[in-house]
Amino acid sequence: MDKLYESQKLAIWYFAVAIVLFGAQLLFGLVGAIQFVNPDFLFGVLDFSIGRMLHINALVVWLLLGFIGAIYWFLPKEFGREVVGIKLGKLAFFILVAAVTVVVLVYIFIQIGPGDWKTLWFITEGREYIEAPRWADIGIVAVALVVFYNVVATALAAKKITGITGVLIVDLGALFGLYLAGMFYTPNISVDQFYWWWVVHLWVEATWEVLIGVLMAWSLMYLLGSSRKLVETWLYVEVFLVFGTGILGLGHHYFWIGTPEYWLGIGGFFSALEPIPLVAMIIHAIYDAGMHKLRTANRPALFWVFAQAFGNFLGAGVWGFMQTLPQINLYSHGTQMAASHGHLAFFGAYVAANLAVLYIIVGELRMKGITPQKGVKYVLDSKAWRYAYVGMIISIIGMTAALLVAGFEQTLQERAIGGSTWQAYIDAQEHPWFKEAMLWRLGFGVLFFVSYIILIYDLLTIKPKPVKEEEIETELGAVPEKA
Amino acid sequence: MKIGWLEVTVASIFIVIFLTLIFSRGSNWLEPKFWRNAAIFSGVIMTIFLIFLTFDTHRYINMGGINVPEPDVINNKILYVYDDAKGYYVPKIEGQEGFFGKIWSKEEASALIDKGKKTIQSRNCMDCHTLLGNGAYYAPDLTKAWLDPKWEQLIMPVVGKSMKEEAMATWLQNPDKYPTWTRKMPNLRLTPEEAKAVVAYLKYMSAIYTNGFPDHFGVAAK
Ligand code: HEM
Ligand code: HEM
Ligand SMILES: [Fe+2]
Repeated sequence: MDKLYESQKLAIWYFAVAIVLFGAQLLFGLVGAIQFVNPDFLFGVLDFSIGRMLHINALVVWLLLGFIGAIYWFLPKEFGREVVGIKLGKLAFFILVAAVTVVVLVYIFIQIGPGDWKTLWFITEGREYIEAPRWADIGIVAVALVVFYNVVATALAAKKITGITGVLIVDLGALFGLYLAGMFYTPNISVDQFYWWWVVHLWVEATWEVLIGVLMAWSLMYLLGSSRKLVETWLYVEVFLVFGTGILGLGHHYFWIGTPEYWLGIGGFFSALEPIPLVAMIIHAIYDAGMHKLRTANRPALFWVFAQAFGNFLGAGVWGFMQTLPQINLYSHGTQMAASHGHLAFFGAYVAANLAVLYIIVGELRMKGITPQKGVKYVLDSKAWRYAYVGMIISIIGMTAALLVAGFEQTLQERAIGGSTWQAYIDAQEHPWFKEAMLWRLGFGVLFFVSYIILIYDLLTIKPKPVKEEEIETELGAVPEKA
Repeated sequence: MKIGWLEVTVASIFIVIFLTLIFSRGSNWLEPKFWRNAAIFSGVIMTIFLIFLTFDTHRYINMGGINVPEPDVINNKILYVYDDAKGYYVPKIEGQEGFFGKIWSKEEASALIDKGKKTIQSRNCMDCHTLLGNGAYYAPDLTKAWLDPKWEQLIMPVVGKSMKEEAMATWLQNPDKYPTWTRKMPNLRLTPEEAKAVVAYLKYMSAIYTNGFPDHFGVAAK
């Protein structure tokens, strides 16, 4: 077995930090879930707003770290050479980790500041998901530029471009570029939210979606030995559908923020079509797996690929579709319906994708040190990954279902009947359906955390096991078909 | 010029398909080249449409634009009324009533709104509340909070102020002292100036034309 590229070592660091932040995300989520049940919990110490900010910022950051790690893992294999500028890449990693640490400490210990520029530059920008203060934004952009440079310079040095890497480069440029749209201040809240959605929506429903298309394309090649031509053609189909529906689908956030009425039609129409590419992705995964009769050497990774395909379709496609027509969204907007959808979508689309890649990495790493014998093949397998897998899926579905009940109750009681006032809000929150739902969510949240612990245990202990030759088609760590 | 959603929708899709077919002449629809072209043209054409719509949208969302008022709207009386033709509620901006007992000049009002927005961001309001329906779901939506009947019904008597602006500012500085139910708002250490600016921002936000969201605010269903 070959030695690891430096780029792949960097990938491991990225994933290590990502997985730790995943745990932090869950703990802060639990704080928020407890506060819904008992509002006095940590009141005045770690108020809901602070815990929630940490919950979703940790989410966004760890998913991005995982994506970057995945790129550093697959890239040298794709080009058959070390990544260009890897020293710079490592430096950027340490800067990023240091910056994230400082931001988190400031969030926890300083929390808020006076209403002036200093606060926006050094404490918080107070804009959901992208609260990170301005200095950190600039750091993030600098790191993003280094990652982008690594990818492009490696392609140039290898003097070749594959379909997958072509899509990757264009997509990364757009993904990082969009972050700039979230980096300015305006006193006008309509303009503020207009561009805020360029980051939030055009990330998760366009550029991230294409990025996981790339990562899943690579994963299917490694896990099942799928043919490159097939995988790349599907990737183009997915990009066509994702960009074709997702870019103007942005309009589903422009119904009620001061924007013109034509967005109701444009946003409603295009976003209603957004599930189509997600169906295409499922077909792709199932077709490839069927073609190869599931004979993979890496079971946990393949199962996370399936969870990804179905979770993305259900969480983003179905749960998003539910509330995307303006006639429905008028009442469901800004209720737990969005939280229900947000949880299943982020988990299905992006958490599952990162875990699939992580298991691919672990599978290959653990093969080192094993001297292959003739007639014996190895499969990465254990009991623990199954518990973590089933546990996480059950608990995310449980949380999603509880929030759906809460959200629907809110939609009807607070918005449709109550007219959305302060008192209507309180009445809806005090309704037994809502309160029960919050208990269920907390319970499933705890189960999610337990599953996370099992996942960590498994990642540290899972080992390749010898099996008879004919049962599997791929090898852990083997390089698939070249371009 | 008024843009129609159907024209935009049909035109964008048509152009993507048209260009894809033109540039893929001679290649079969099962070939990678065909789909590569489709991917490129859908990305490029939809982005061009988005940029074009963004320019047009700014005519509505700039301050003083078609849907978003100037900061000095805080001097006016603001109502939320049913529009028969539209079939939904719209803000109605009436004559001057003043704000904190005075009429604010354009410059004063702009400075106040700017302060209000920075204060709202610096205290992470959006991580408990929704503003224009976006944010977190731990506390009430603030889109039309200025028009909320609770200020008159409960807050003014409780904090002992007869002017709504003053009652709001007082409450915002001591929300933990005057809880309205089991879930209290934390004390965010707003200064009196900041509290005033936040109240101004809430009044300003309630005058934004939001295509009918939230429906029948402050009027329970019949
Ligand atoms: C993986 C992809 C997706 C992710 C991760 C995702 C995530 C989210 C999140 C977190 C929110 C809440 C935003 C906030 O905090 O205000 C949201 C809102 C929304 N999403 Fe998605 N989403 C995805 C795809 C989709 C798709 C495909 C659709 C439509 C078919 C959709 C429709 C919506 C709608 C309509 C809202 C607004 C809810 C409201 O009015 O409050 N989403 N999404
Ligand atoms: C231990 C498990 C978890 C618990 C207890 C939990 C709890 C929470 C709570 C209390 C909120 C605030 C909702 C509100 O404003 O009312 C929230 C928001 C959110 N959480 Fe979680 N969470 C958990 C796991 C996750 C996971 C695994 C993901 C992603 C994969 C996730 C993604 C999100 C997102 C995107 C939001 C923002 C939703 C929106 O604004 O619509 N959470 N979570
Ligand atoms: Fe969206």
